[in-house]
Amino acid sequence: MIAADRVVSTTCPYCGVGCNLELHIKDDYIYKVTSPFDGVVNHGNLCVKGRFGYDFIYNKDRVTTPLIRKEAQAPGTRSQAFDHDQWREVSWDEALDYTASRLVEIYQRDGADAMAVYCCAKATNEDNYLLQKLFRALFRTNNIDHCTRLCHAGSVVALQMALGTSAMSNTAAEVIHSDVFLVTGSNTAETHPIIALQMKAAVEKHGAKLIVVDPRRVEMVNWAALWLPEKPGTDVPLFSAMAHVIVKERLYNRDFIDRRTEGFDDFCKSIEPFTPEYAEAISGVERNLIVQAARMYATAKNAAIYWALGIPEHSHGTDNAMSLIHLALLTGHIGRQGTGLNPLRGQNNVQGASDSGAMPWHYPGYQRVDDEASGRKFEQAWNIEPGGLNRRLGLTTTEIMSAIAPGGVRALHIMGENPMMSEPNLNHTRHMMEQLEFLSVQDLFINETGAYADVFLPVASWAEKEGTFTNTDRRVQRVRKALEPRGQARADWQIICDLAERIEKKLGRSRSAFWAYQSPDEVLEEMGRIVPEYAGVKYRRIEKQGIQTPVWDDNHPGTPFLFPETFPRGRGKFYDLEYIPSVEMPDEEYPFILTTGRLLEHWHGGTLTRHSKLDDLYPQARIEINPADGARLKIEDGQTVRVSSRRGTVVLRAWLTQRTTVGVVFIPMHFAEAAANLLTIDALDPLAKIPEYKACAVSVVSAGKEELPPSITRGRY
Amino acid sequence: MADITLNIDGVAVIVPAGTTILKAAEKLGRTVPTICYHDHCTANGLCRICVVEVEGVKPLLPACLSRVSEGMKVSTAGTRVERSRRTILEMLVSAVDLSEAPEIQNFLNQYHADRMRFPDADRRDAQVLDDNPMYIRDYAKCILCWRCVQVCADDAQFTYAINFKGRGFDTGIGTFFDKPMPETTCVFCGQCVGVCPTGALKPKREALLEQGISLEGILQATMGGKKRRRNTP
Repeated sequence: MIAADRVVSTTCPYCGVGCNLELHIKDDYIYKVTSPFDGVVNHGNLCVKGRFGYDFIYNKDRVTTPLIRKEAQAPGTRSQAFDHDQWREVSWDEALDYTASRLVEIYQRDGADAMAVYCCAKATNEDNYLLQKLFRALFRTNNIDHCTRLCHAGSVVALQMALGTSAMSNTAAEVIHSDVFLVTGSNTAETHPIIALQMKAAVEKHGAKLIVVDPRRVEMVNWAALWLPEKPGTDVPLFSAMAHVIVKERLYNRDFIDRRTEGFDDFCKSIEPFTPEYAEAISGVERNLIVQAARMYATAKNAAIYWALGIPEHSHGTDNAMSLIHLALLTGHIGRQGTGLNPLRGQNNVQGASDSGAMPWHYPGYQRVDDEASGRKFEQAWNIEPGGLNRRLGLTTTEIMSAIAPGGVRALHIMGENPMMSEPNLNHTRHMMEQLEFLSVQDLFINETGAYADVFLPVASWAEKEGTFTNTDRRVQRVRKALEPRGQARADWQIICDLAERIEKKLGRSRSAFWAYQSPDEVLEEMGRIVPEYAGVKYRRIEKQGIQTPVWDDNHPGTPFLFPETFPRGRGKFYDLEYIPSVEMPDEEYPFILTTGRLLEHWHGGTLTRHSKLDDLYPQARIEINPADGARLKIEDGQTVRVSSRRGTVVLRAWLTQRTTVGVVFIPMHFAEAAANLLTIDALDPLAKIPEYKACAVSVVSAGKEELPPSITRGRY
Repeated sequence: MADITLNIDGVAVIVPAGTTILKAAEKLGRTVPTICYHDHCTANGLCRICVVEVEGVKPLLPACLSRVSEGMKVSTAGTRVERSRRTILEMLVSAVDLSEAPEIQNFLNQYHADRMRFPDADRRDAQVLDDNPMYIRDYAKCILCWRCVQVCADDAQFTYAINFKGRGFDTGIGTFFDKPMPETTCVFCGQCVGVCPTGALKPKREALLEQGISLEGILQATMGGKKRRRNTP
């Protein structure tokens, strides 16, 4: 029996639930993970990733020495280097000086618009705050974004337009206080497993009724009173038809509408065409189911809506989210316990990275960069001459990638993200990456993106640094250093500050924006001085238990649910919506709709989980095909198939399963050897700029076993 | 809810109706030993180590399950209670490997249990089951507290991968048809590992470290073929 040398409390690095972890350590080895049963977020429960998925930190492929490419890379011929002998091990001084001088050279030659950075929703609030500060204060650019663009951008834009906010309105654990809750575009049991447990308990033990709206027969359907199996991309007609029923049957909350909303009368007219019959014709969901769902939601005492990326990841993702917001505004199911509009955030710190200003249009705290007063405020905070900060909106993730060209973006710095797996239409992304003049990367492993870099800066993992994550229900929680960084790896915030000082010196700036932080809590204090919602978030207040933003001052207790009295924009606003089909609809050549997503055992581009024993549980990519489609195509379970779209082809094994509906196929996004995003379309939502990951047209044909790509070991360094 | 006044070990205490004797005693600062009971799980009164004597009630009552009633007089100690607890511990230690159950070891000492009282007892010995990459199952250490089954079911995960099997002394915890874990509905959340009080369920990495295998060795230890994921639903 092992006695732990120490047990360190921290926060899980995987999903947005933000489970509390206790790392049991012996001889600097984490041999066990437990969770305190009195923890407010997860009550002692964990999923396979949280309890067993941390072993990537010990993987022998992890890079622990700064690296510079041996062969100089040039735009147009930039190549990927996975192997050790393509890199030169260097000192931190050399790596950072080299990075600083290349970045400064490009900035001084081509100006602010040539610079861009991807921040990271896996990194801490402090890391993200500092990285956006570096690019804003030193390179005067707003070309700063992170994967929220690829995730909930549509939800954020819709929530901002309708309510003036962008976070989950309630706490996930409140689901047990709902009579009815609607889950859509979320495979909650696999992607937010701990919230799913609370949902299952709400149904099994608290008598709540669950409505699932999803083209896949996700596990939560087993607990549902109603399942509406819509075709991908038909959310607007479906949810507008529910609104139609609520209006026609006068199930709305007149008092709430009068007091808290605007535009109701126009809205009633605009949803006139969205009859259940019309919605049935488009979405394939039987009209009676739509009527029943509308009645169930509207007549509940407390009803909540939870959604994930099936809603925003469309070329009309903002409209999709808006159609959900309308339901809450009609019925008044918001602003109380057990109600609300709850976009389930994917990454452990996507809420925090957004709060910290890793966004092209906003400073920290969603203060707009094109607002003169905000600009002045940040110039003062960062010791910059008046008018020094860039007032123009920056480029989003996908726009940065498309802008890589002479006269456009020349230098890119990436912290922890892997666009070579996560961008849509990867063949295009590959082409754009090759055009970069300079790429520097901070990461743990050389993944598909890091392999393109000129310089690789090895970072401390989440278990090797201090900081904070903000989870999906806005709770700021501590991340603690349990181990010394492996090898020469350094914490992201230290790398950024060191790099910033070198850049500032090379630029010859007379005034320093200040980078001499002794510890991350000083960074959070600085952020709290300029972000009102974080004013009261201090390390000393969250040592035992996290606190939910907004926290307006040192005595404010935090905010479990938002908008009891009013919305940030005043009244909630209804918008006219129309049904816009997905950009690519199935046809004879490409007869299936492909939708993409996550699995329980893996995480996103796989940089972490495919370097973990988790990979043993789900080692290879499989396309989910409905057995009826399989029979029609004469494809057997486990057979090799070739899947093609207008943009690319992958070869992988078929899994005939009822998890997906007829006409719809699903490929998880985690496997580099059969990357789903080679197939996806780079059509964007016009407002949120989020790509349409959840619907594109593909063909499926059987293929020879020999065509199957070998399971590649990633980061072959 | 209405309050109830009762008397525990000669001291009056007022608690809400529906409170268990265990919780009422805790309120008074009296410690009643528990083994199968866990705050996170539904109480089942399986191990009976928490038995107490209630005046006017013939059998000893499990404190974890029994609700208080008005005027109840409870003794949490005494010859009868202690003999009962001691016998339970002596039977447990005669059959089960309790080497990694420090709490039960403490009880054995506290109640002066005779570890050799049942020298002829059959021991529960089972092969260590190492059928998945995440955790091992060593049922020689299992005391059948049922916590793992409960958290796998309605107390947490709603996955129902494991349950009781067998009868009498052969009762054990297992999967349906003794299938290896990767072929069951198991999602490897490890809630079962988190509540196991005796080390019968253990992260595989911890088990390897205990065997003195180096960090490098643990990293290299593989499962011998990658397992396929369950097909659901």
